[in-house]
Amino acid sequence: MSQLNRLPQGGRIDRSRKLSFTFNGKSYEGHAGDTLASALLANGVDIVNRSFKYSRPRGIVAAGAEEPNAVVQLGATEAAQVPNVRATQQALYEGLEARSTNGWPNVQRDLMSLVGKLGGKFMPPGFYYKTFMAPASLWMTYEKYIRKSAGLGRSPMERDPDIYDHLHQHCDVLVIGAGPAGLAAALAAARSGARVILADEQEEMGGSLLDSRELLDDRPAEQWVAQVLETLAGMDNVTLLPRTTANGYHDHNFVTLHERRTEHLADTAPRKDGRRQVRARMHRVRAGRVVLATGAHERPLVYAGNDVPGNLLAGAVSTYIRRYGVVPGQKLVLSTSNDHAYRAALDWHEAGREVVAIADARANPDGELVERARARGIRIITGSAVIEAKGESRVSGARVATIDAEGFRVTGQAETLACDTIASSGGYSPVIHLASHTGGRPTWRDDLLGFVPTLVKGVSAAGGAQGVYATAEVLADGVETGSRAASEAGFAAAPVSLPQVAVRRDGAAVALYQVPHEKPTLRAPKQFVDLQNDVTAAGIELATREGFESIEHVKRYTAMGFGTDQGKLGNINGMAIAARCLGRSIPEVGTTVFRPNYTPVTFGAIVGRHCRELFDPERYTAMHQWHVEHGAEFEDVGQWKRPWYFPKTVNGKTETMHEAVARECLAVREAVGILDASTLGKIDIQGPDAREFLGRVYTNKWAKLAPGRVRYGLMCKDDGMVFDDGTTSCLGENHFLMTTTTGGAATVLEWLEIWHQTEWPELEVYFNSVTDHWATMTITGPEARKLLAEVTDMDLDRESFKFMDWREGVVAGVPARVFRISFTGELAFEINVQANYALHVWETLFAHGEKYGLTPYGTETMHVLRAEKGFIIAGQDTDGSVTPEDLGMQWAIGYDKPFPWIGKRALSRPDTARTDRKQLVGLKPKDPKVVLEEGAQIVFDPHHAIPMPMVGHVTSSYYSPTLDSGFALAVVKGGQQKMGETVYLPMADGQVHEAEIVSPIFVDPKGERQNV
Amino acid sequence: MFYIHCPYCGETREEEEFHPKGQAHIARPLDPDACSDEEWGDYLFFRDNPRGIHHELWVHAVGCRKFFNVTRHTVTYEILETYKMGEQPSITAEHPEGRPTDAVDQQASLRDGVRA
Amino acid sequence: MSNTAAEKVRTFDTRTQAKIAVESPLAYSYRRSGAPAPTAKSRVVLRERPFLGHLVLRGGAIVLDEAVREVLGVSLPGEPQGLVQDAEGVRSVQWLSPDEWLLIVPGGEEFELENRLRAALDDAHFAISNVSGGQTLVELEGEAARELLMKSVIYDVHPSHFPVGKGVTTVFAKATVILRRPAEERWELVVRRSFADYTYRWLLDAGEEYAIGVAR
Repeated sequence: MSQLNRLPQGGRIDRSRKLSFTFNGKSYEGHAGDTLASALLANGVDIVNRSFKYSRPRGIVAAGAEEPNAVVQLGATEAAQVPNVRATQQALYEGLEARSTNGWPNVQRDLMSLVGKLGGKFMPPGFYYKTFMAPASLWMTYEKYIRKSAGLGRSPMERDPDIYDHLHQHCDVLVIGAGPAGLAAALAAARSGARVILADEQEEMGGSLLDSRELLDDRPAEQWVAQVLETLAGMDNVTLLPRTTANGYHDHNFVTLHERRTEHLADTAPRKDGRRQVRARMHRVRAGRVVLATGAHERPLVYAGNDVPGNLLAGAVSTYIRRYGVVPGQKLVLSTSNDHAYRAALDWHEAGREVVAIADARANPDGELVERARARGIRIITGSAVIEAKGESRVSGARVATIDAEGFRVTGQAETLACDTIASSGGYSPVIHLASHTGGRPTWRDDLLGFVPTLVKGVSAAGGAQGVYATAEVLADGVETGSRAASEAGFAAAPVSLPQVAVRRDGAAVALYQVPHEKPTLRAPKQFVDLQNDVTAAGIELATREGFESIEHVKRYTAMGFGTDQGKLGNINGMAIAARCLGRSIPEVGTTVFRPNYTPVTFGAIVGRHCRELFDPERYTAMHQWHVEHGAEFEDVGQWKRPWYFPKTVNGKTETMHEAVARECLAVREAVGILDASTLGKIDIQGPDAREFLGRVYTNKWAKLAPGRVRYGLMCKDDGMVFDDGTTSCLGENHFLMTTTTGGAATVLEWLEIWHQTEWPELEVYFNSVTDHWATMTITGPEARKLLAEVTDMDLDRESFKFMDWREGVVAGVPARVFRISFTGELAFEINVQANYALHVWETLFAHGEKYGLTPYGTETMHVLRAEKGFIIAGQDTDGSVTPEDLGMQWAIGYDKPFPWIGKRALSRPDTARTDRKQLVGLKPKDPKVVLEEGAQIVFDPHHAIPMPMVGHVTSSYYSPTLDSGFALAVVKGGQQKMGETVYLPMADGQVHEAEIVSPIFVDPKGERQNV
Repeated sequence: MFYIHCPYCGETREEEEFHPKGQAHIARPLDPDACSDEEWGDYLFFRDNPRGIHHELWVHAVGCRKFFNVTRHTVTYEILETYKMGEQPSITAEHPEGRPTDAVDQQASLRDGVRA
Repeated sequence: MSNTAAEKVRTFDTRTQAKIAVESPLAYSYRRSGAPAPTAKSRVVLRERPFLGHLVLRGGAIVLDEAVREVLGVSLPGEPQGLVQDAEGVRSVQWLSPDEWLLIVPGGEEFELENRLRAALDDAHFAISNVSGGQTLVELEGEAARELLMKSVIYDVHPSHFPVGKGVTTVFAKATVILRRPAEERWELVVRRSFADYTYRWLLDAGEEYAIGVAR
C-alpha cells in the first residue's frame, strides 16, 4: 500500500527522487518536494496525533503554518530531537523520522481518549482549575499525571550537535511573504534601487501562485514566479530568504527572521566542504520600511465532529492536489460560504475522484467557479451547510441541512451523504499576527468579513494581508505598496510591468462561523473552534455564561489561541461565537493580541553563537596564562576571570581552598605575596578643574593633595549612600589617576560623565579609561621592599617613598609607576606597567622572589586580609543603603568643603542622620572555630518569639589564619555604640551562634605594619 | 528594540548601544543645603510616569558616550525627537504637534540648570 | 617641558627601548586557541597589528585640528564617524565623539607625538591619554569579511552605509569594538586588551564557515 493517494502526474514534486521516511516507527515513501504532511496524506495516514485535552484522533487539516494538528516530534537520535514541528512546514528528506507528540500508548489506541469519549461534561473549560483545586497539597500529585497526558513534544536530553548564529541585517524595504503581493512588492522596491530583503516561510517562494489555477500572461502562474525570482536573484540589492519565517515584529521596524538553513536536508546539519554548517540563523533585521505580504488564512467552518480526520480546509485540499499531486480521499463533500473554495471541488473532480456535493450557505450562488462546478454536473445544495461530520477515526459521512445562518438554526431535514472527506471554508482572515506584535489593534471590515491590520509608522500591508484577494488586484497592490515603501525610504520609483490576469467574477460571500446544529450548542456533538487547544464552541458559550465577557478573559479561561498556535485558524470563529453569545458585534468583542513567535523558533536560533565558551565575554589580564599554568582557580568578578586562590599540589595531594588561603594569608603577613590587581578600573583625569571635580564627586577633601601623593576616596550617590571607593593619585597639578573597584569601572566612568555633561559642563576636565593600558601587580608583605629593590634602582626608602606616595621608575627594565598603597595592612607596592610588558615584569619578580617566599595569592586571600583590617568592599559590605557615617568613616567626610558635594545634603535627612542605623562593626564569634555565614541575620534576643526583630546581617566573614579564628564584618543597628555586646545569629538548622561586637579592625589596629 | 537617533553622532543607531538614564530635565538644586527635606526628597526620588509624551535622558554608552534627551511616546514607543543636552524639546505633552517657535524661548519652567 | 600647562600634566613614556619580551593582547589566544594559517580556501583573513601607538585626544575640534595638522600633517576628521589617514596610510585619526579622537601611529612614535601635540596645544583645554597597552588592532580582509562582521556587529556594514574612511564604536557580540574601514577590502577592529581573547575566539568560530585564516 504505497502512496495510494498520489496522483499519477501533476504537482511540483520530483517523481524521479523517492525518499523514505518513518512516522511513528512505520516506514513510508514520498518524493523530493513533498512536505511531511503531503507525504503522509499520499500514504493514506489519517491519524497524525491525539488532541491535547480530549485525546481525540486528529488528522491533517491545513497545508501551511496554520496547521493545528500535525505537530510532530522530529529527529532520529536523542540529540536531534525537535519538538513542535508542523508537518505541513517540514520538507521531506531521506531518512526523516517523525513521531506524534500525543497519544499513549499510541495514536491509534489511546487510553486517554476515554476521557474524550465521555465527553465535554467531564472536561469543561477550567476543568483543571475546578477539579484539582483542593486540597492544594495534592496539586503536585495531580500535576504529574496531567503533565504525562498533556504537552506538545519534548526537549532533547542530549547536547545539540548543531551550531546556530545571528546575522545583523539592515535594509530599506523588508518584504515578508513571497506570494503574488510580496513578489510584486519586492520587485517594485528592488527596481528603485532600494536594499530589499524578501523572506518567505515556505520551501519555495510563490505562495498561492504555486497552486493557482490562474494564468499570468497566458502562462501558468508558477512560470511567472520563476521568472520574477530569477530577476530578483540577479540583483545585488536584493536578499532572498526562503525557509525563513518572520517570527517577531518589534519596535521601530526591528524584525526577527528565523531561517531554517539545513532542516530540509537532515535532522542535524550535514557538513559542507568538511566544515560545520549553521542549522538555523536568526536574521535581526532593522528595516526602513516593512511590507507585510503575509496573505490570508482560510477559516474553517465550525460544525459538529469537525475534528474527525478527513475534515480539511478547502484551500488545503487544492494545495495538496495541485502542488503535491496528492488527493487526500475518495469522496468529497464541500461546505462553503464563498466562491473561492469551489476550487477544491473542481480540483478534486479533475483528479478523477468523486465530489459528492457542495453545500453552499448562500441561497443563490452564481459566480464563475460556481457555474463551472454546475457545468461539470456537481451537485450543489444551496442555503445549506455540513452540520455534522460522522465517523471516528476517519470521516464516514456528512450530515447536510439547510440553515438560517443569521437566525442560527437548522431549517430543514438533514441528509446524510456518504463521504470520506469534508472540505470547509468560511472565508479568509488576513494574517495580522505580525502587525499585532507591536501593539496595533486590528480593524474589522464587514465587507471583507475579517480583521485587517492597523499599521504603525513605517509598515504597510499588501494583498491578502489587507483583504485584497483577486490575483490581478493583489499584484497591482503589491507593486503599488512596494514602490511606495521604496519611495518613503528615499528611492525613486521605477516602472514595473504587471502580467495580464483574467478577471474572475466572484459572487459575494456570506458570514458563517459556527454552523447551527439541531441540538443547542451545549448538547450538540463537539464543534471545535481551536483544534490545537481543544476549545469547542460549547466551551466558549459556557465561558460567556460564567461571566467572562472580555475576549482576553475568554481566551485565558478556554485556552483559545494559546501557545504555538496563536489562534491562526480558530480565533476569528471564536470571537464570532463569543459575540453571538454576548449579543454583540464582532468589532465590539474585538480580538485578542497575537504575540511572538508566529511559529515556534528553535532555542538555538535565539541563542545563536552566544553559548558555551562564547556565552559571555571572559576578560583576561596580561598575566592570565601564568595564572592558568600555575593552577589558579578562578573567580568571576564582573566579566573578569580573577585568580581566586592558587592551590598547591604536594605529593599528589592538592590543597583545599581553606588550606591554600591560609597559606597565602600567612605568606603575606610573614613574607611577601603578589596579587594581580590589573582589573581595578583606572580613569585618567586631566584638566584645570580636575581637582574641583574630585572634590564634588568624592566625600572627602582633595584641595591639598600634592603631586606624588595618593588618597583614598569614597563616592556616594546624591542619596548619601556609598556606591564605590578607591584611591586617586595626583600625577600633576591638573592630572589625576582614579582607581575604581573592578566591577565599578564602567559605572564610575559613566557617573563622572553624567555629572560633567549634564550639571557642570563648565568644568574643564576630561575623563578617559586607561584600565586596560596598565597591568597592576601588588607585592605586599614585610619582605616586599627587599624584593622590589632587587629589580629596580628606585629609591624605596620609607622616608623618601612614604606610605601613600607614588613614584615613577624602572622595574625589571620596564617603565613603571609604583604606588605605596596597601589593601592588606602590610607594606605594599602596587607596580603599574604597560600591559604588553606585564608578563615579563611578573616573571622577573618571581625569578627574584623565591628567596623571600614570594607567594601568588588570589581574591579570596585578598578578601581575608582586607577584612582583617576592616577595609570594606563596596558592593559587599555596602548595598546601596549604607552611608559613610554608617561605615564609621567620618574621617573621609569633608562636611566643610565649599561645594555641596554629591551625597552631602542627604546625610542630614532625618533618616540618614538617625543614630540607630545599621552600622559597620566587627563580629568575633564566641567559638573561634565558627565562621559565620555571610548574609546571616543578627538578633539581640534569641529567645524572642518568632518573628524576632532582626537588627543586622553579616556582610563579610572568613577564617583568619593570623588570628586562628573566624571573624566577620557586619552591619548592626546602632552597632558603633555597642562595642563588647553580644549578638546572636539563629541559623536555619536551629543552631544559634553567639558573637561579640568588636572594632572592624582585627589586625594591627594602629596601622604600623603597612609603614615599615 | 528601539532605533535611536544620536544627536551627537548624527546617526540612528541600535538600542543596544544606549542606556536609559531616567527622566530628563531633572536639574540638581544649585544650593542643596537650602532645600527642605521634602524638596530634596522630591529631587532624589520622585519622577513622572506619563501615559503619552515623555522626555528621557539617554546615553550613547557604546558610541560617543554623550548624554542626550529623547522625547518618546510611552504608549506607541515612538521616538518623536532627540536633542542635545541644554536644548529644549520641540514636542511636549502640551504641544504634541510641535511647540510654536515663540514658545521655545519661553520654556523657562523646563530650564532649571544646565540639565535642561 | 617648557610651558606651564604641560608641567601640570605628568606625561610618561610607558614604552622602553630595552630588549624586553612583549606580549600582544592576542599572544595568549594564539597559544590557547591556535591560529589556522590562511589557505586558498580562506575567504577571510585575520591579522593582528600589535604594539601600535594609540592615543586618545580630547578637546575642542578647532584647536585640536590646528595642532594635529601641524604635528601629523593630516586634518582632524570634523564629521562624525570620520577616519583619515596620512599619505603613507600608517597614521590615522578617527572621530570618536564631538570632543574625542583616536590617533593610531606606528609603535614608538606615540610619546613624541603626545609631547609635540602638548607643545602645540599649549594652554588650550585638552587631554591626551596614552592607551597603547590597552588595545590592539585586528584587521579583517577577504570577500567574506563583511558577512563575518554582519554576524558580529550590530552596525550596518553595507558599503552604501559604511564607505571607506568611516569608523564607529559599536557592539561586537557581547563586547564593544571600534570598527573602521581604511580601505575598500580591509576592515579594522580596535579591540580592548581584556576583551581580545573573546573577540578572537568569536571571530574564529564565526569565521569557520569562510575557512578563516590567521596571518602572523
